[in-house]
Amino acid sequence: MDVAAALHRLAARLSSNATGAVNARRLSGGASLETWAFDLDDGTPLILRRRPEGAAMRKTALPLASEAALIRAADAAGAPAPSVVHVCAPEDGLGEAYVMRRLEGETLGRRIVRDEAFTAVRSGLARRCGEVLARIHAAPIEGLPDLATSDARGELARYEAIYRQMDARRPILEAVFRWLEAIAPPPPEQLVLVHGDFRNGNLMIHPEGGLVGVLDWELAHLGDPAEDLGWICVNSWRFGEWKKPVGGFGDYAELLAGYGGGISLDRVRFWQALGSLKWGVMCLMMHQSFATGQDRSIERAMIGRRTSETEIDLVKLMETA
Amino acid sequence: MISHPTAAELSEAIAAFEAEPVIPGDARQAFLARVTDNARAVLAREAEHSARLEAEAAQRLARLVGEPGDYAALNTKLCQALQNGAIDPLAPALLTHLRATAIGQIAIDQPTYGGLAALLDG
Repeated sequence: MDVAAALHRLAARLSSNATGAVNARRLSGGASLETWAFDLDDGTPLILRRRPEGAAMRKTALPLASEAALIRAADAAGAPAPSVVHVCAPEDGLGEAYVMRRLEGETLGRRIVRDEAFTAVRSGLARRCGEVLARIHAAPIEGLPDLATSDARGELARYEAIYRQMDARRPILEAVFRWLEAIAPPPPEQLVLVHGDFRNGNLMIHPEGGLVGVLDWELAHLGDPAEDLGWICVNSWRFGEWKKPVGGFGDYAELLAGYGGGISLDRVRFWQALGSLKWGVMCLMMHQSFATGQDRSIERAMIGRRTSETEIDLVKLMETA
Repeated sequence: MISHPTAAELSEAIAAFEAEPVIPGDARQAFLARVTDNARAVLAREAEHSARLEAEAAQRLARLVGEPGDYAALNTKLCQALQNGAIDPLAPALLTHLRATAIGQIAIDQPTYGGLAALLDG
């Protein structure tokens, strides 16, 4: 598949002033989805998201047309999101794909928590994350694409079942399954649009504009709004800045103040612990794909050794429970 | 003592990467080379510490489970007792063991991880 040539042919449909596409380059090395950056010859900076031919879709991942529809819904709800320019049709020759505007900024969490360039925006970022999540969660559910529904107990049971299939003997994870089961909150009165992967690393941060885009909507679902607030507090995405629970850049109180009320800190901390537990099980699952021979890369083997980072975080959370 | 991956699996993955032909300028391969260096460092730390950590863990487990045995058997017993609710997940004696276990393994897997400082801080 010649992606650059297909984008060149598509250019005139993406902007009325364009006659071609230039500088097409693949950004991410993800196996399940490709991300390409390119420019139109009228100067418009764009991003292509596409599923490579024959790539197996993760069970929980959304079709790309649904992802595009969610980004449009978030945009309409007043959350910062890249504008979707075009959802590809079969005759575009790009397979399952869509095109959106390319935003300027940084997504690397390590830089966002440390680099001098972000000092000015860092101080208001946790509050801003709260405000943005409140908008996403206020998006009208009617008219959204078909999404899975989940709640705390369901997620716990799902991840425990995955863990049980792996023949791992991890007493910390065993203890956490029972602890969280005992304190799991009931489903929320109203299900909301949950982003599902709202964390430092999936947020486009501009040195002056702050949070300019919420990216990676493929795990979006309907569920408990506290899930998104807890996930951004998981220590694995604080990039060493463990004293700042919100993404390595802010405090719980700022996040909750930005959100505007309605969610207790206890509920956020529950979802944070469940988030660490889920990430621990995911690390074991990724190792499993090495062990079964499905993906023999050393990356898949080594990520299993990140399970212990979630275990040490979970011990701390149990000690302070 | 440590699984998912075991030291043997890591050695195998390192050898497989080393056997691949070098592609100059390939970003993916450069990334995997850094992962491989990291894996070698994990193996070196594991070779140095794992025997002592396993012996210490077995002693703690024998007290906790209340019977003698080797590390693997006692650890399995503890997991079963947690799964079926025989041990309270927040019991202080359990948390003491889990804390020592977590500190021991992070010292091998990722000694600079911020969660270690966070745990020792409290």
